[in-house]
Amino acid sequence: MAKNTLSSRFRGVDIDEYDENKFVDEQDEAAEQQGPDACEVDHLIRQYPSDQWDMMTAFHIALRNPPINSKNPAVKERAQVVVLRVLTAFKSSDIEPAVKSLDKNGVDLLMKYIYRGFEKPSDNSSAILLQWHEKAFAVGGLGSIVRVLTARKSV
Amino acid sequence: MSYHSFLLEPISCHAWNKDRTQIALCPNNHEVHIYKKDGNNWSKIHVLKEHNGQVTGIDWAPESNRIVTCGTDRNAYVWTLKGDVWKPTLVILRINRAARCVKWSPKENKFAVGSGSRLISVCYFEQDNDWWVCKHIKKPIRSTILCLDWHPNNILLAAGSCDFKCRIFSAYIKEVEEKPAPTAWGSKMPFGEVMFESTGTSGWVHGVCFSDSGNRVAWASHDSTVAVAEGGKTAVCASLTSETLPLLCVTFITENSLVAAGHDCYPVLFVYDSNKAAMSFGGKLDVPKQSAQKGMTARERFQNLDKKATTDSKEAVLESVHKNSISQISILNGGKAQCAKFCTTGMDGGMAIWDVKVLSIVKHVRVQMQ
Repeated sequence: MAKNTLSSRFRGVDIDEYDENKFVDEQDEAAEQQGPDACEVDHLIRQYPSDQWDMMTAFHIALRNPPINSKNPAVKERAQVVVLRVLTAFKSSDIEPAVKSLDKNGVDLLMKYIYRGFEKPSDNSSAILLQWHEKAFAVGGLGSIVRVLTARKSV
Repeated sequence: MSYHSFLLEPISCHAWNKDRTQIALCPNNHEVHIYKKDGNNWSKIHVLKEHNGQVTGIDWAPESNRIVTCGTDRNAYVWTLKGDVWKPTLVILRINRAARCVKWSPKENKFAVGSGSRLISVCYFEQDNDWWVCKHIKKPIRSTILCLDWHPNNILLAAGSCDFKCRIFSAYIKEVEEKPAPTAWGSKMPFGEVMFESTGTSGWVHGVCFSDSGNRVAWASHDSTVAVAEGGKTAVCASLTSETLPLLCVTFITENSLVAAGHDCYPVLFVYDSNKAAMSFGGKLDVPKQSAQKGMTARERFQNLDKKATTDSKEAVLESVHKNSISQISILNGGKAQCAKFCTTGMDGGMAIWDVKVLSIVKHVRVQMQ
């Protein structure tokens, strides 16, 4: 046996590319998945903490139009930044009513953004995200976390 | 409701005989053990040794009393009882990956095997050659088939796969049966035709089940959802996301209710409303142990806080009957229309028999009888 059977660097051809039975993901149209409107959200955040309801609206707007089908990483990144800004601007006591105001799909979407936020921790983000995680987990349960892990189209 | 712990190893799969006095199960190795009910105990009466790999599926045909087993050694055997001994007959499945699940058809003249080779082998007995022959359903399956269930008309086959879809195929074999009558899923049913393909849920489909009439199919997938589709001009799908860990097996117990169980170690009830095309959670079906409620002393509270950072007095012990994930559920009597008892086996090596009537009274759970 040749000495080089351990390393596969000698392989020049990626045979998986030529396998006709290879699983190829369905191509979904990216369409109008532009992500949430940053300006509107900014404006509403600035009004906080004078008006609590503005914060809720900012929250809902941030979670609207998630760029799930988009293949453009810039769109996803932009959406993530907007959502993170809204989440960090919340006061701890307001987190629970905000989570309660979401429906099932909203809670799943929030979990997806929270885990996306965990991927790139910045100075204060992890602590806030953990608070959001605790409240979202109380509503969504283990199922919402499983759906983050098994989602094929993610934010 | 009774629980019997057979083994310390997981029970990979199980099947009951017709009068529910014997159970065939695989103790997570290459063999199949058959146990006979002896009063309150179970005694091992047969050991079937032929497979070279773990046995992944067992099905026991009630009328013809034949057992079919399939395993990771890419083979299936049909066992017939000759006197007091089970004799195997090899079935060549022509697959190059492990077989994952096997099911006899309702008339017991065919069986289907799902495998990791991304295909379903439908096998039937050819009288002239005295040999089991198989036909393959390949398109459009893209990954391992995890679970199968036959429609009562002996032709349609539901398959759940790792490519995140539940499909209904036609497994019509012209050598052994006549052309089928039209059903809710369609009227033209040549072999291998896809009558229905699910959309919407993501996650591997772990369990699939037809209802008693065959007009509805339910599946449980790995993203912690359960869905029901009803056949018709356009198939109507209803799915329910749950807050629990994924469910591994699902079965109809009446035309409108399903029981499913999985990694959370207890069965749950779901109810399907066809008028609203919606599913709802019916309740946990486990019978909780009566744990003595003792108060916590201040010392214990402080110890808990120190060790576990919590003042919760809940112990880290599962309160459910099964101590590990439930992997298979089977109906004992009543059929899928009026199930009275069902049985679950799991990775804790135990088998539990659940009585539907008792559960509905104890848990105030409404089981809609049609």
